[in-house]
Amino acid sequence: MSALLEIRDVFVRFKLRGGVFSSAGTIDAVSGVSLDIEEGKTYGIVGESGSGKTTLARAVAGLHHASEGSILYRGQELVDLPEAEFRKLRREIVMMFQDPIGSLSPRLTIKSLITEPFRIQGMSDRDLDAEAKRLLTMVGLPPEFAARYPYQISGGQARRVGVARALALDPKLLIADEPTAGLDVSIQGEMLNLLARLQDELGLAIMIITHNLNVVRHITDKVGIMYLGKLVEEGPTEEVFARPQHPYTLALLAANPEPDPDAQLMRVELQGEPPSILRRPKGCEFHTRCPFVQPRCSTDVPAWSSHGAVAHRCHFPEIWAQEDAATT
Amino acid sequence: MAVLDIRDLSVSYATPRGPLKALRNVSMTIPEKKITGIVGESGCGKSTLISSIIRLMAPNAKVGSGEVRFKGENLLARSENEMRALRGTEISMVFQDPMQTHNPVLTVGRQMIDIQYRDKLSKAEKRKRAAGMLALVGIPDPEARLNQYPFEFSGGMRQRIAIAMALMAKPSLLIADEPTTALDATLEVQIIKRLRELQDEIGCSILFISHHLGVIAELCDEVVVMYAGEVVESGTVRDVFHNPAHPYTRALLECDPGHIKVRTRNLPTIPGNIPDLVNLPSGCIFAERCDKRHDACAARPAMGTASPGHHAACHLIAERVTA
Repeated sequence: MSALLEIRDVFVRFKLRGGVFSSAGTIDAVSGVSLDIEEGKTYGIVGESGSGKTTLARAVAGLHHASEGSILYRGQELVDLPEAEFRKLRREIVMMFQDPIGSLSPRLTIKSLITEPFRIQGMSDRDLDAEAKRLLTMVGLPPEFAARYPYQISGGQARRVGVARALALDPKLLIADEPTAGLDVSIQGEMLNLLARLQDELGLAIMIITHNLNVVRHITDKVGIMYLGKLVEEGPTEEVFARPQHPYTLALLAANPEPDPDAQLMRVELQGEPPSILRRPKGCEFHTRCPFVQPRCSTDVPAWSSHGAVAHRCHFPEIWAQEDAATT
Repeated sequence: MAVLDIRDLSVSYATPRGPLKALRNVSMTIPEKKITGIVGESGCGKSTLISSIIRLMAPNAKVGSGEVRFKGENLLARSENEMRALRGTEISMVFQDPMQTHNPVLTVGRQMIDIQYRDKLSKAEKRKRAAGMLALVGIPDPEARLNQYPFEFSGGMRQRIAIAMALMAKPSLLIADEPTTALDATLEVQIIKRLRELQDEIGCSILFISHHLGVIAELCDEVVVMYAGEVVESGTVRDVFHNPAHPYTRALLECDPGHIKVRTRNLPTIPGNIPDLVNLPSGCIFAERCDKRHDACAARPAMGTASPGHHAACHLIAERVTA
């Protein structure tokens, strides 16, 4: 069976505005990403700010134009799909944005917010009161919330309203951009439990964009690690966590301080900051910060290779494991 | 010796519904030359606490009772001019958002020289000192970078510049309000490590506010747990994280997905919401959400001692001692 969503060699290119002395060029915010999302499964995309994860998500949702490559949804090409055609698909592919309060209009009641998708899709003949009640119950909010305004609810509740609105039309694919950013841990747990429950109930496929590895670990089936617009490692979540192949994945895992003052961390410290996407390093893009850098890394671009079910782009995978073995 | 000693501090905000009691009888001591973490969820009063310490409070805030003693002297009794002399020299602060901390139309060097206005040094000397501070926080090529504007630096670097500026006058107390939340994980680790080294070098105390338990565990010596405007537990990081004495602390630790190594689709949560701070419940502030709630919780618990230097406001402690 083919996947629900097939992303193949997608590039999202932005034009730069030229200054007085510089000529305009282009940058590849997403630079050749391929991945599959299966029906009813969760795929996590992890990376730092500026790694292109949100751009990729927006390309899938039709909010950015993919300059190259193909995005197939149930076999249908989404790249260059006319907006009128895409609008029909927005019943099936929905996006939940990062800022939960900011994405809710302050002048509309919760009821009009969560039933707006019906109006946009020309389904206003439905009983909107009943739909609002159904959706609020589904995300665990009391039906009385329908009459409230966004400023009358908390951040965690606003996220739930965001989920209700995204799921109003019974979509097949939910794209969730940082669904837990800025939430306290206990509310973060509630949010993730809610997504997991709805996925089981509705058979949703979910694409989660996050920089929080703790979130990815529990809720996703597969995970892809992005760096400077490219995937550097991809595989089943548990395997990637147990045996990361790429040093960047290892660094991300290690940079996740544990709530235990005596935790012995295998800390891989990165030097410096992520390079600018305007000046992409030659060879392996990660070599400027990689603690295990070798001469070859600055000249040759690593190709994909696989280790079990995990694929990665590193010339010297698991060099950290070898170093560990050498020191012990 | 404590650099900061907060005693019985209560602060409320005037709202149309009546006074919102944001802090109630908060007491804590920030020891010298140590890093103390304050942890708590949104609405626990962290920000109100900081603004009371540096006396930059919202116009509708009112101090009901208490003292903020800095090196033995009550800051709440100081005049505005005296406070101004203190800020940036004895007590300085690093804010949450590194993107909005700096003036966008002045070079970093100009801003770093400007804040030394109290010192009688030549401009060249001040500039040299600024470059030295940038080097100290790990910014390569500091001399040249002084001529750049904030937008030419990345988020991690801007936060480091903010730290450099805050430490310029070698303060006795640095208050850091969630300085790493706007940063990515790998940069967060770099900043934390640098803060630790700087604290060692300068010998100041740091009050570090965060809701990220992992960061607190990694960086701090002592920790104060706040809930809905009250201190519920305090002690060394080891005591509090290994043997939490208050059910709220325990619940908070259990909720942290960093703690849970086995994959689960059902993460622990703390059911319920924080109480309304205008209409407070009469007994224990956490009782409504507590799984250990019993009859005694109808009365507000006093701060009890779980072990030397480890305190919590829970009836269970007193009951355990008498049982």
